[in-house]
Amino acid sequence: MRTSTNRIASFALASLIGLTLVSCSSDKSTDTTVAETAAAETTADTTAGAVAATEATDTAAAVESAAAGDSSEAAAVPAAADCAAGKTITKGKLTIATGEPAFPPYVINDKTPEDGQGLESAVAMAVARELGFSGDTVRWVRTPFDAAIAPGPKDFDFNLQQYTITEERKQVVDFSGGYYTAAQAVFGLADSPGASAKTVADLRKLKIGVAAGTTSVTYVEGTIKPTSAAQVFNDNAAAKLALESKQIDAIVSDLPTALYITNVEIPGTKVFGQIEGSGTDQFGLLLSKGNPLTDCVNEALAAIATSGELATIQTKWMSEFTAAPLITLG
Amino acid sequence: MSETSDRVTTGARSGRRVAYERAQRRRSSLIATASTVVAILATVLLVPLTPGWKRVRRSFFDWDTLTRAIPQLWRPFLLNLKIFALCAPLIIIVGMLIAMARNIRSPALMPLRLVAILYTNIVRGVPVILWITLIGFGVPGLFQHRAWYTKAVVWGGFALVFCYSAYVAEVFRAGIEGIHESQRAAARSLGLTSMQTMTSIILPQAVRRVVPPLMNDLVSLQKDVALISIIGPVEALRRANILVQKDFNFTPLVAAALFFLLVSVPLTILTDHLLASQRRRTGATAIR
Repeated sequence: MRTSTNRIASFALASLIGLTLVSCSSDKSTDTTVAETAAAETTADTTAGAVAATEATDTAAAVESAAAGDSSEAAAVPAAADCAAGKTITKGKLTIATGEPAFPPYVINDKTPEDGQGLESAVAMAVARELGFSGDTVRWVRTPFDAAIAPGPKDFDFNLQQYTITEERKQVVDFSGGYYTAAQAVFGLADSPGASAKTVADLRKLKIGVAAGTTSVTYVEGTIKPTSAAQVFNDNAAAKLALESKQIDAIVSDLPTALYITNVEIPGTKVFGQIEGSGTDQFGLLLSKGNPLTDCVNEALAAIATSGELATIQTKWMSEFTAAPLITLG
Repeated sequence: MSETSDRVTTGARSGRRVAYERAQRRRSSLIATASTVVAILATVLLVPLTPGWKRVRRSFFDWDTLTRAIPQLWRPFLLNLKIFALCAPLIIIVGMLIAMARNIRSPALMPLRLVAILYTNIVRGVPVILWITLIGFGVPGLFQHRAWYTKAVVWGGFALVFCYSAYVAEVFRAGIEGIHESQRAAARSLGLTSMQTMTSIILPQAVRRVVPPLMNDLVSLQKDVALISIIGPVEALRRANILVQKDFNFTPLVAAALFFLLVSVPLTILTDHLLASQRRRTGATAIR
């Protein structure tokens, strides 16, 4: 009796203390956000509306408007830069996040994403420039896929690692407009029976592997529907390992990744084809929900789209990663 | 003079004592109730006051997402249960054999004993997740054809048996070494061989003693089955992750946690029950 009483009492006490700590510390964090917002107001002449937006939790509607390319008033570089001032997580610095590791052709040099080599490197650096950041004021950090989508404060301003924009995801995070559209592709060993697949039905008997977190999982389970359950791996590196050890016949991924892996990384493999109708997946920059910076990022994206820079970047880094035969749904 | 007769002869004093004890008991149960209520109230009231609660609730405790996730997790969870049900008995058998090998005293069989010592020490020194990755990706690569024994899930299960046997062997060893040496001496002096001593004298006593810690390992095995997902099979945790990454909502993970609890909690209660009954059987009066 006595011991159990003591145990319950100490548990109660411990949880009470813990909770008080949690609520106090998070009170503090609110204070700082409010302070930062106030700072933003004074330094950058942001409108009262934008400041209010930081505090309100639901500002989804405000940010969905500006997609890349459909903004006509995109000419001025200072516009986006003015917009961004004071809205970044570290004052005067822009923090960009990508995956650990980051994969080509999106980031060519995993060790130095700031060099602008690779589609996402180049897009991120161009957006950063439009927002008024360059050189030392741009900081790169790494986050796992899931860390970017967890609620709570983020340690990046925007994150890009081929996040596909979907309506469901928009309930939880902000997306910029798309910076690239990629199809889904199937690849595997060149001597595999699937290598000559013409229709999705030809793929059904294959053992298919796919990286978790990608919309490719949805394509495998929703469109291909293989007869034996798809194997799901943490990332494409693990899926590649399974392909090499003949655990699986084929991997489904976005087309540029598929072409990169088959052309550069694993000899003896080839892209079987891209899946018909899958070329609608848009990659967007991911920001925390209700982030006032989203509008600025969209302005910046619109600016590089109008100036033709985005198209140049896409051609430069992706042109050799877009061609593949079509695998029809029929 | 015994206490009973004492209570009979000096009724007044023992009455006071009984009253005092009752008051003490009442006081402690009042404190227990009060502090429990305070803790629950604090949780219920304080957590929603945190500034991020609304967002966290939508991300982790969204009712619609939960009800959509649960039916999708049933079948994958059956895979967890299957792997668990196949691995658990194998682990007990292999663990027992290794523990016996480690207790071999015949000088001729020294190599066997060495192997057992090396095995338990090396296997336990490497994280389970690493063994699963190494074995699950590595071994199937040796075969260049495909059969039931080249499946990743088979080698993932093998890796679990491989790891957990080492832990379970140590549990059995503790039980075996906990049996007093006089038992062995008595058995041998009766003319039993060393093998007979082990199987009919030492082991029956040892096993009975180690059932609770053994259950503990089984509870932990039940959760570690989910680690097999890293080599490809879609079990409950992986399915939940897929759902999370599709909608960016973490509620399916909470649903998966409920599934794991569904098995762990009864196992834990069973363990507690076994521990309690063992204490009743072997111990003297429990001190409270």
